Amino acid sequence: MIQISVFALLFAGGVGFFSWNVIKIRQNILLGRKLDRTDHAADRWKTMFLVALGQKKMFTRPIPALLHLCLYAAFVITQIELIEIVADGLSGGHRSLKDSLGGFYTFMISFIEILSVLAFFATVAFLARRNMLKLPRLTMRELKGWPTKDANLILIFEIILLVCIFTMNGADEAAQLLHSNTSYGFAVSQFIGPLFFGGIKSTETLHLLEQIGWWGHITMVFVFLNYLPYSKHFHILLAFPNTYYSNLEKKGKFSNMESVTNEVKLMLDPSADPFAAPANPDEAPQRFGAKDVTDLTWKNLLDAYTCTECGRCTSSCPANITGKKLSPRKIMMDTRDRLMEVGDSQRKHGKDYQDGKSLLGDYISEEEIWACTSCNACVQECPVNIDPLSIIVDLRRYLVMEESKMPTELTGMLTNIENNGAPWQFSPNDRLNWANED
Amino acid sequence: MSLKVPTMAEMLANGETADVLFWVGCAGSFDDRAKKITKAVVKILNHCNVKFAVLGTEESCSGDPAKRAGNEFTFQMQAMMNIQVLNGYEVKKIVTACPHCFNTLKNEYPELGGEYEVIHHTQLIQDLINTGKLSLEGNQTFKGKKITFHDPCYLGRANDVYEAPRSLIEKLDAELVEMKRCKTNGLCCGAGGAQMFKEAEKGNKEINIERTEDALETNSSIIATGCPFCNTMMTDGIKHAEKENEIQVLDVAELIANAAEL
Repeated sequence: MIQISVFALLFAGGVGFFSWNVIKIRQNILLGRKLDRTDHAADRWKTMFLVALGQKKMFTRPIPALLHLCLYAAFVITQIELIEIVADGLSGGHRSLKDSLGGFYTFMISFIEILSVLAFFATVAFLARRNMLKLPRLTMRELKGWPTKDANLILIFEIILLVCIFTMNGADEAAQLLHSNTSYGFAVSQFIGPLFFGGIKSTETLHLLEQIGWWGHITMVFVFLNYLPYSKHFHILLAFPNTYYSNLEKKGKFSNMESVTNEVKLMLDPSADPFAAPANPDEAPQRFGAKDVTDLTWKNLLDAYTCTECGRCTSSCPANITGKKLSPRKIMMDTRDRLMEVGDSQRKHGKDYQDGKSLLGDYISEEEIWACTSCNACVQECPVNIDPLSIIVDLRRYLVMEESKMPTELTGMLTNIENNGAPWQFSPNDRLNWANED
Repeated sequence: MSLKVPTMAEMLANGETADVLFWVGCAGSFDDRAKKITKAVVKILNHCNVKFAVLGTEESCSGDPAKRAGNEFTFQMQAMMNIQVLNGYEVKKIVTACPHCFNTLKNEYPELGGEYEVIHHTQLIQDLINTGKLSLEGNQTFKGKKITFHDPCYLGRANDVYEAPRSLIEKLDAELVEMKRCKTNGLCCGAGGAQMFKEAEKGNKEINIERTEDALETNSSIIATGCPFCNTMMTDGIKHAEKENEIQVLDVAELIANAAEL
């Protein structure tokens, strides 16, 4: 009875605290500007199915994709065992699903065990890649400190989870053998059980070990669940909505700024009344472009929470490859860090609170955003369809349209377009000269 | 052979209509290197008797560099003025040799009232060959030569056009060699996003040098591309590598015009 109560408490606490954090994150994401991404539902489901569930874009780099697939598959399938663990925990039972599922149960658990072994080796490989091989994209400047610790912690959590599962199943197998000389017949624990726990000849000790594995596993599940909202690892959940709400347009199409269209139409319309009252006099005019996270769309902000800092974007960015300061991954990390800061301070001090800081300037520098060639390599690379380019463009828009701040050559280029209809200083009257030149 | 370059205004005055508008673009109109690409396109159009016209002095910057630089005002002013002209001539179909103009006209004009069928010149040439209007049969100009194709970002990743330019190179009886980074993984030449008009930020290398090295690795004698800006960047890269006597940077339209002996 005590065990059931402890479990129920752990369960309620774990799910409750997680939900509370999810609500906060949702609030933060909704601080972004409106954007309609509810159209083309069929295409969206398809994108989500292929990109998130099917990991389609991961496979442009086969080795990490395969390692990741092991972890991913084990994670997804283990959820089935988790149902049993929760059922056992709340009922005080032992392997609640075994009798009703019969042979399928053995198959299921065996499948989970095999994937878990693969996941174990994948995790070790990932740890080695990060800490021994020191891949450039996993050791960059923006990963110094917490992001590196975060990445390693996740992997260590995963190892603990896996060790607990095998302690549980292995000790249980050994107890079963000792008690009735029969085996559960699970693919891995039928070997691991006798190997690691076969020497223990006390049913109580084996039972205790199984309990340690069981409690260790479920405790880690709740720790992990509640760690997610504080970690880059939140992508395991947000990858799904984030790919569902992907940009379905051609990548080259930059968003149209409605507010500017209205102004330009007024300028080009000879009968427009420049002194007419605005359509919505009570509405404060929106800032052009983005200076802070609240000027970005909710999708940009969802992108930021979805980013798992893999750095594929950065490793394919021509600016970054050639040593410029720009790193698309850092753009996403900065956006999330700033959003968490804004969200927290708004919850603490009220909606209108200003902390005097902004995404542009305090987190992202002008040098970074001007290094972008808008080549879309980062957008193409992202395995969960994050779009760093749209943030970069919105930051440029703010700088150019609100502050008139840009590299001096660009001022000249823009003046040329405005005066001669070409980015260079040529007369529009000479536009057809080529046709008569040799 | 002198080029026939009718303008929309002349066509209208003669009571004719063009099947397709050739959008020349600023680079194609003013840049000495890009003008050669423009002429190659016109030679092909003339040769195939395509009923086309240009806007001539009525054409103005599509607004692409302004939009990429973050100046939506200048972009939309340009776009609206161009749309007025284009709609005035009731233009239905546009071909352009500049992927930046292509992308802007195709994707960013519709929301401002300019809806046209926009194609890249490599797509038009592919169509001319497929419909038998242009034949490259028996051409020996590029036979056996190694040619690599540099994907312009605004043609490839931005608009998913990878096949048209490659199919044209294959028509040349040449050997198409891919760079290690190609198609969706293609590396930018460094000119996009208004970078063409400014110095690069501080780094340890120029992007066009990095990209030229990809091309050099293929041991090709020709770097083909489909964008006047990529052409400039790659040409500069080749000069930097002091390979200008061995390696040519040519637009796909130039390859085709040469092969067809136009």
